[in-house]
Parts: sequence; C-alpha cells; structure tokens
Amino acid sequence: MFQVYLFLFLSCVALFSAMMVLLSKKPIHSVLYLTLTFFALAGHYILLNAQFLAVVHVIVYAGAIMVLFLFTVMLLNLNKEGQFPKTKLVKIIAAIAGGLLFVVLIGSLKSFDLATVSNPAVSQIGLVKNLGKTLFSQYLLPFELSSILFLSAMVGAVMLGKKDKE
Amino acid sequence: MDIQILYKSGLIIVILLLSLVIAMYATLAERKIAGFFQDRLGPNRAGIFGLLQPVADGVKLFFKEEFMPATADKFLYILGPSLTMLIALLGSAVIPWGNTLTIGNNVFPLQVADVNIGVLYVFAVTSIGVYGIMIGGWSSNNKYALMGAVRAASQMISYELAMGMALIAIVMMSGSLSLHDIVAQQHGIHWNVWYQPIGFFVFVVCAFAETNRTPFDLPECDSELIGGYHTEYSSMKLGFYLFSEYINMFISSAMIASLYFGGYNFPFINELGMSHNWLTIVGMLVLFAKIGFFMFLFMWVRWTLPRFRYDQLMRFGWKVLLPLAIVNIVATGVIYELFKK
Repeated sequence: MFQVYLFLFLSCVALFSAMMVLLSKKPIHSVLYLTLTFFALAGHYILLNAQFLAVVHVIVYAGAIMVLFLFTVMLLNLNKEGQFPKTKLVKIIAAIAGGLLFVVLIGSLKSFDLATVSNPAVSQIGLVKNLGKTLFSQYLLPFELSSILFLSAMVGAVMLGKKDKE
Repeated sequence: MDIQILYKSGLIIVILLLSLVIAMYATLAERKIAGFFQDRLGPNRAGIFGLLQPVADGVKLFFKEEFMPATADKFLYILGPSLTMLIALLGSAVIPWGNTLTIGNNVFPLQVADVNIGVLYVFAVTSIGVYGIMIGGWSSNNKYALMGAVRAASQMISYELAMGMALIAIVMMSGSLSLHDIVAQQHGIHWNVWYQPIGFFVFVVCAFAETNRTPFDLPECDSELIGGYHTEYSSMKLGFYLFSEYINMFISSAMIASLYFGGYNFPFINELGMSHNWLTIVGMLVLFAKIGFFMFLFMWVRWTLPRFRYDQLMRFGWKVLLPLAIVNIVATGVIYELFKK
C-alpha cells in the first residue's frame, strides 16, 4: 500500500514539474524543474526495483547534463522575457511537431499489451549484479559498440571544441 | 521488525546530530589549528580553551541582519543554502559507522542503509552537491557570485570524473558496490591503501576539490572574487554555506577512512579476545579517530599550501589526475589477473 502512495506522489511530482518546465517564464526555473522531474523518475526506477538505473540516472542526468544546462543558461544570462521571438511560423512548427509526438505516444500505448507486464517488485534484472551479467554476456556486442560510439562522440567534441592553431 | 524500524530512525537522528556537532567543533578546531600554524593562540575567550566559541558564532550569525539583495530571485536565493545543507547531510546514510551490535536476539547494524549501490549513491550525492552553490551564486545577481558559481560547477564536474575513476579501481578489487562489503573485506590490516596508493592519492585530491577547500577554493577565492558564490549572503544563510563545508569535510573524511583505511577495522582485531559487541564499539572509536585524522589533514593542507591558479586547477584535473586514475584502473586489472588472490 505504501508503494502505491509513493507511486502516486512521485507521479504527481513528475507531471507537475514537467508541466512547469514548459510554463515557467525564466529559463533557469525550467532547468531546475527539469532536474526535479529527473529525480522523480529516479524514484520511479527504485520502485521498479532498478536501483542501478536510478542512481546512474541521477549521476548522469541530474549530476552532469543538467549542471551543464544550468551552466549555459547562467553564462548566457537568458533571463529576460521576449528574448526569443515567437512568430507565427515558430508556433505552427511547434504545434505540428508536438502533435506528431503525441500521435506516436498514443500509437505506442495502444499497441502495448498491459497483461504481459510482470510484477516489478519480483523482477531482479535491475539489480546491479544481474544487470552487469546480462550486459557482459547476452548483450556484449551492442554494449561494446555503444561504448565505441560514445568514445567517438567524445573525440569529436574535443576536435570541434579545439581552437585552430595557426 | 518494528524494533528495527525504531532503531533505524534513532540511528538516523543520532548520525544527523553527530554530523552537526562534529562540524560545529571542526570550525573551532580549524581556527585553533590555524592559530598553531601561524604561531598565535586562536580563539580562547569564550569558555575554557574557547570551547564555547562555536556556540557564540552560531548565536552571532542568527542575530546578524538578514539582508536580501533587491534584484535577487527570492525563492532561489533561499533555496541555495538550504539545498547545500540538505545534500551535505545526505551522504552519511550509507557509511558503515561500525560492525553489528547483538542485543538478545536482535542484530543492530551501525549503518543506516546497506544498499548494494552504496559507492554509486555517494557519487550521486557528490555530483548533485554543486546545485546549492550554483543556484545561490546565480540568484544573488552579482557578477562575483556568478563567477564563483561558474567556477564551482566546472571544477566539481572536472574532479568528479577522476574521483569516479579512482573509485572504479576499488570496486574492481572488492567486487562489490556496497560500502558494507568493501569495509568488511579490509579486515585487520588489509587496508585498500596498501593496494591502491595511486587511487588513494587521486581520491584525496578530488575530495579536496569537491569540498572546495584550499588549495582548490577557487569558487570563494577572496583575493579575486570578494567572497565568491556567497558574496551577497549574510546571517544564517551564509552560516549554512560555511557550515555545510565542514559537514562535507566530515563526510569526505569518513568516506576516505572507509574506502582506503579499513573503516572500523584495526590491526590485531582478533588477538584482543574481546566480545563481539566490545569490538564493535572499539572499532567505531577507531573509525572516528581515523576521521579525525583526515579532518586534520584537510586543515593542515589549508594552512600550508597556497591556492592554485584557475587554469592550473583545470590542467591538473584533466591532464594529471584523470590519466593517472585511468592508468591506475588498467594497472589494477593487469595485476589482479596476474596474481589472483
């Protein structure tokens, strides 16, 4: 029963802060609400017995990526309203893109079979030991390939960021 | 089951109070040690040996004028110090303060949460520690505060990487992410520091950078930035920032002691012939002695070394510590495979 209340609480926090990301006037508030959303999602992962995913979620998204977002917003000082022009064209593009995303979400939810979902509390795959064993045996090739992809992205970023020596 | 929940709640309260009291007296110890290093007496007016000085400081901070800059973002301005304090206190949840106490049929572990991702939890708490400083620095709407916040963010992200790499070598050796297991494996004198000297060095340097202590206190570097991220803060809000630095020091010292210096383990633990409960209590005292030593190390370095320059700090983090930590991981892997224990 306790878990149900926790789930409801976390869901409310996640939905509210996700809404506030869009509704906040100041960019910095949006960034902070997005961080709060990530924390609520990490709580959901713990409820699903996926502790490793939860803590990595916090480290990577809340601890690194959002800090960089905050950093950028602070440095550019994007604090004034009306800095981004909201023309008709932008609004139409945003409406179409958002509508398409909505259709995709509805479509994926409709094809999703709720009956096959196993009880998350029994599932042990999210525990770090089981996850590691699965990743390094069954999914070794995709795992290594994605790490090479990350490495090349990192090298690319360094190359792009480096000043030209003339 | 109920008695365990009651016990855990009690333990949480005791550890919180203990962190606060130790941080309080760490401020006095810092000033006394600074006095010793500079050949003067340090605070000695309030109480015997200045023992009431932290209380006097606290009272003073409470009664100072509460000042809010007119152009500050009100909510975030208050959120900054609160968040710093909250996150500083979070880290103590997974540290094993001692072995178990057995009373009757009940076994009471001296650890709040023995989660199987303990090391990662600590890492997560460190990585979100920068929010309080960034929010406070930005919302003050002062260029010096903003510079301090930006410096804090880039410094903490840079040093987090090397810290994580140093931790990975420990995890490789112990084969567990649980702090309880890592400490239990260092039984007697089999401390990790003998096997991981490079990792220990990297970890300690990164701990200094993460707590914003000299020689890495660039975010609050007073010769360049007045007060850094807390320039605009006064009264107890400033107190929270200053105080959380000492709590961070306490938690970092506890982490260093648990990860590298065997936590509650001490040499000849089996030869003493004491009962299990007594050994636990002695072990806890030993752990606190180790923590005390590392807190002294923090202060010792602060009053000995000058501050780094900002570009030196970044170069040191990225070009020295990070490669060193990666080499350490490779070396640990090779040696571990060659001489399987």
